[in-house]
Amino acid sequence: MDTTQIADAPPPTQPPTAEQKRAARGATRPGDRIFLGLSRGSGILLLVIMAAIAGFLTYRAVLAISKDDGNFLTTFEWNTGVNPPVFGIAVLAYGTIVSSIIAMVIAVPVSVAIALFLTHYAPRRLRGPIAYVIDLLAAVPSIVYGLWGALVLVPHMNGLFGWLNDYLGWTGVFSWQGGAARSMLTVGILLAIMILPIITNVSREVFRQVPQMHEEAALALGATRWEVIRMAVIPFGRSGVISASMLGLGRALGETMAVATVLSPDFLIHTSLLDPGGGTFAQNIASKFSEATEFGRDALIASGLVLFVITLLVNGAARAIIARRKEYSGANA
Amino acid sequence: MSTTPSVAAKRPSTLRGGHLPKWAPWAIAAGSVALGLGISAAAGLHSSIQWALIAAILYVLGTYVIAARVENRRQAKDRVVTSLVWVAFLLAVVPLASLVWSTVKRGVKVFDLYFLTHSMGVVADSETGGGIYHAILGTLEQVGLATLIAAPVGVLTAIYLVEYGRGNLARAVTFFVDVMTGIPSIVAGLFILSLMLMFELEPFGFAGSLALAILMMPVVVRSTEEMLKLVPNELREASLALGVPKWRTILKVVLPTSLGGITTGIMLSIARIAGETAPVLLLVFGSKFINANPFEGAQASLPLYIYQQYGSGEVTAYDRAWAASLTLIAFVMILNLVARGIARWKAPKTGR
Repeated sequence: MDTTQIADAPPPTQPPTAEQKRAARGATRPGDRIFLGLSRGSGILLLVIMAAIAGFLTYRAVLAISKDDGNFLTTFEWNTGVNPPVFGIAVLAYGTIVSSIIAMVIAVPVSVAIALFLTHYAPRRLRGPIAYVIDLLAAVPSIVYGLWGALVLVPHMNGLFGWLNDYLGWTGVFSWQGGAARSMLTVGILLAIMILPIITNVSREVFRQVPQMHEEAALALGATRWEVIRMAVIPFGRSGVISASMLGLGRALGETMAVATVLSPDFLIHTSLLDPGGGTFAQNIASKFSEATEFGRDALIASGLVLFVITLLVNGAARAIIARRKEYSGANA
Repeated sequence: MSTTPSVAAKRPSTLRGGHLPKWAPWAIAAGSVALGLGISAAAGLHSSIQWALIAAILYVLGTYVIAARVENRRQAKDRVVTSLVWVAFLLAVVPLASLVWSTVKRGVKVFDLYFLTHSMGVVADSETGGGIYHAILGTLEQVGLATLIAAPVGVLTAIYLVEYGRGNLARAVTFFVDVMTGIPSIVAGLFILSLMLMFELEPFGFAGSLALAILMMPVVVRSTEEMLKLVPNELREASLALGVPKWRTILKVVLPTSLGGITTGIMLSIARIAGETAPVLLLVFGSKFINANPFEGAQASLPLYIYQQYGSGEVTAYDRAWAASLTLIAFVMILNLVARGIARWKAPKTGR
């Protein structure tokens, strides 16, 4: 009502009212405008970088793939130095997925157990220091994990590999021909060790937020500690654990140096996880880069684009789960 | 029943019936370790992994059976899960302890002042001597330049998200910051590489800084955002009510209040990118010589040095790789500790 009366007196125009509004909010001060511009500009810069990453990688990838004589998705070869070049990502995709799956199978249960240990089992005085140590371990650079994996873990795997070969070799998946343990299984185990801290940290945060009331209610009904966890903690934390695992998966998929130092690569798909061979996207880029021609680099960029898209999907899914959970718990609070 | 000195009789008030004594888990653990060692000795197994696995399995089984007999099935399950959680924790500690232990043990072999102050100039991989001065210099320059780019952009973006951000743009930025956190470091390297291919540039230090900055920005945004959110709204309102413009409120009230937390976040993100190898491998290429100019010519970097020394396959080079790892871990850990110290010291005062 008021606005129409005011609008009646002067000729009604859109610009002055918008300006008045802004004046009312105090946004017309030059300092404010500059500061808003700067901070908004930074935000936009981040979006531009993301778009540029996708754009440039796609552009170089298209350059490479258009000259590929083989099928980019199904060729078992990486030969970019010859004319016409033949390369494909089948082996890399297989290796990346297999090593990540091994890492997840090992890391997720162990991390969840450690998170539970830190929130429910560890002696109260030890919780802080242990959590602190795990935080620090998350900061250990991947190349150090790689060096340790190649020089300490690999020699120690022989016993386990022999054992697996003796008892499970008949499956074909765990057969071993001897030789250094620079195989997918070792890579998976190393990746598991590397992503343990991040999954543990996120899961621990989630378990901490479980309402005390739920746990106390369960305890009051006579539940054992495990029953409290199964009925109150796990249901509350499930989506958080899933997204933590996805974050760890994203890490494992893109890990470069640890794989490049440990794996002895080739361009074949091996049924056995214990025999050396195979490769991952990131490892292949790091190992092939130094001798690659300009075209070879484009081909590597093409494989990097695939990795980029995969990690985007995985991380996007993880974030979507977290966001959904936020709404859910917000509605309950 | 009351005359027999059974374990249950000691606690007549418990409603749960039988109860294992406190030392029971330890006794079962000792028993299963002994049995595991015995079995592996009898079967002629030599790997320490094997007897540890056997002992762990025996421990879990033994706990279940004994607890199920003395107490009940529910208690037994609870005890099994407790022991599983402990086993998982110990399992995780072993490799991590081994990592730290072997780095320190093998790293101190050649780690001394000479190592820190000399480059690999005319030292072949198979020779002893040589050092990491050039690599430390390269890492400090690359990381420093990356921080100069990423810290302001990250902090400003966080300010936008917390102080101004409403609507679709803010939502898009939030989402893509999250997504950006998950970009593999090698992809960031490939992105800068594709730019370098376009302009036909040779590897140089600053290219690595750009890739590192991309990796650093989202981390800075996230941590700064959290810190700005902790600043109580009353402070902002008090300042605005006195007629202070919003930008001065942010600069003089909000940022000083959260400065400790922001510094911590930036230092943690520096610690994270200092260990990145992949982008440096693609963009800076590595060098044996001291190159103090990050804008021209290949440079060395600490993580890349470790990779290249490892790759040479010489025993002397392995020693240098371990010593460089020790340096890198020490650098990262000190940054972490200092950052956390600052966080504790300058924690924002929320409420009262």
